[in-house]
Amino acid sequence: MYGVGLAKGLGVTMKNLIKPDRMFTVHQYPDRKIGLLGLAKMSNRNPVSYLLAQPKMAVKALAGLASVEDRMPQHSRFRGEEFSWYEERCTGCASCAKYCPLGIIRIVTHPSGQMMQEGDKYILDVFDIDMGRCMFCGLCVEACPYDALHMGSGFEEGKYSRKDLVIDKQRLNESPKRPSTWFRPQIENKGFDPQSDSVLKWSEAGRHEKPDVAHQEEKWVKR
Amino acid sequence: MEIPLIGSLDFLSVQSLISSFFPDWMAYLIAGVLLSFMVINAMVISTALYTWFERRVIGRFHSRLGPNRWGPFGLFQPLADVVKLMTKEDTVPESADRMVFNVAPVILLTSTLLVVSVIPFGDNTFLGRLNVGAIFIIGITSVNTIAILAAGWASRNKYAMLGAMRGVAMLVSYEVPMALGITGVVLMVGSLSLYDIVLLQEIPFWIVQPMGFLVFMAAASAEMSRTPFDQIEAESELGAGYHTEYSGMKFAIFQLAEFMAPVVTAIVATVLFFGGDRGWDPVPGQIWFISKVFLIIFLLLWVRATWPRLRIDQIMAFAWKGLFLMSLINIFAVSLEIILLQDPVTGLLEPNDLWVMSAINWVITIATIACMVKIFGKRKWDRPMPKKSPLANMYAEGD
Repeated sequence: MYGVGLAKGLGVTMKNLIKPDRMFTVHQYPDRKIGLLGLAKMSNRNPVSYLLAQPKMAVKALAGLASVEDRMPQHSRFRGEEFSWYEERCTGCASCAKYCPLGIIRIVTHPSGQMMQEGDKYILDVFDIDMGRCMFCGLCVEACPYDALHMGSGFEEGKYSRKDLVIDKQRLNESPKRPSTWFRPQIENKGFDPQSDSVLKWSEAGRHEKPDVAHQEEKWVKR
Repeated sequence: MEIPLIGSLDFLSVQSLISSFFPDWMAYLIAGVLLSFMVINAMVISTALYTWFERRVIGRFHSRLGPNRWGPFGLFQPLADVVKLMTKEDTVPESADRMVFNVAPVILLTSTLLVVSVIPFGDNTFLGRLNVGAIFIIGITSVNTIAILAAGWASRNKYAMLGAMRGVAMLVSYEVPMALGITGVVLMVGSLSLYDIVLLQEIPFWIVQPMGFLVFMAAASAEMSRTPFDQIEAESELGAGYHTEYSGMKFAIFQLAEFMAPVVTAIVATVLFFGGDRGWDPVPGQIWFISKVFLIIFLLLWVRATWPRLRIDQIMAFAWKGLFLMSLINIFAVSLEIILLQDPVTGLLEPNDLWVMSAINWVITIATIACMVKIFGKRKWDRPMPKKSPLANMYAEGD
């Protein structure tokens, strides 16, 4: 019948208003407003005992002012900001800089004279990544032949000015080593989860076992 | 009528209170300024609260959150909005008609605020006890048509002009069913004074004449250009309609008038159809009044949150083919019933007569709506299907 849809629509919206489980489709981030019931449930108490135990917080919750931090868990293969870079693994070959489609990686090196049996290892003087222009394609990570560069796992790296977004060598070294397991899922098999608090050591970060010196001597030509 | 001096808020009693300290003309002035100051501020504050309420409730209707950050439950959001709007730059287009451009928002706000001056909020709580209140309301609400056209014209913007012209077409045609909807009430009471209308409502008139109530609410929500009828603004089509070029405090005044309109409409509907401050005894009349206003506001929000916008031709068709007809049927039925049922000597209607009337009117209303659904539901009232062009399928045959 003509016009029944109007009444049906009114019913749908009223259901949205009344039914608690249809209330929100939006996730609040990172501070979620929480009522007294939610707080009590979080601390495994009934609301009355919670009110007696922590009256200040409970009154705050009743006035709608209480909030809890509620961060969404990311997947361990999430491609995030703050690259995890291992200086010990890096040879300074600048493959990442060559493959970067935006050309935002800048590398300056000098020869070191170490690891002469594998060729020369270069020491990095400058390693700048302009995160303000990065599009997180991950081609630099795919290009790295020594598994030295990994995507990070965080994403809340907002800064007040553009020049703060340029990550230099020092910051890359200082940043927590929680590489995303994207493109290197072998790391996942070793039982590492970048979303946890644990940190991955440089010797663990490779796709392959690092060959010992005897094996290397077999394989590569001696000088 | 004896007017108690203290504890009442009407103009005469305040004036007589003040005139014991000041000369008469000064008392008149002071009382007027005081009361209008009070009423205007009460309206503005309640509008600010109403904007918060509307955003929260519509958010819940749409299963999302409204403003919830600033203050408990986001209650200070209107404050933040005011600060933001006041600190914005006030721009005027170069080729605008400056005088009209500046005056238009003031006219709109004034015409909305003036409606409140004749409303009896409670037993002794009213500003002016005008004996032609109903006509005053119809007249003063039609002024906002001029304001909207002025704003659209003065800003020299195509979108603004289009919105304003659509708006004028719509507002002028919806004034007819609104006035006719009020006429049903006026017929039954036999007086244009809102005070008398409240006094004689033994049964709320929305029960006695549901069709009049429906017509009035539909027409009023078109008058304040809210969502089923928001052709004036039509965000997806016209930018922002007539206030496209406005910014800063002028825009804030437009928004204020626009959000005050539902409150004012709910107040008028309370007086005309819900018995104003009438209620059961221990609770004072003012509280009854406010809760009825709240109820009607909630109904308006519910409709706004649910129904989509009508096309301009559908809107005009609904006004002239639908509401106009319904209001005429309502007036005809009500006047016939009054002639048949009223006391031949005094001309008054007893409560029993009102119940009989309401029974008849409900039947008539349901029958009318069913008939209109049948008529409007027919395909032939829809747009004709476009005819196929002979060129469209040239190579389909014979290949």
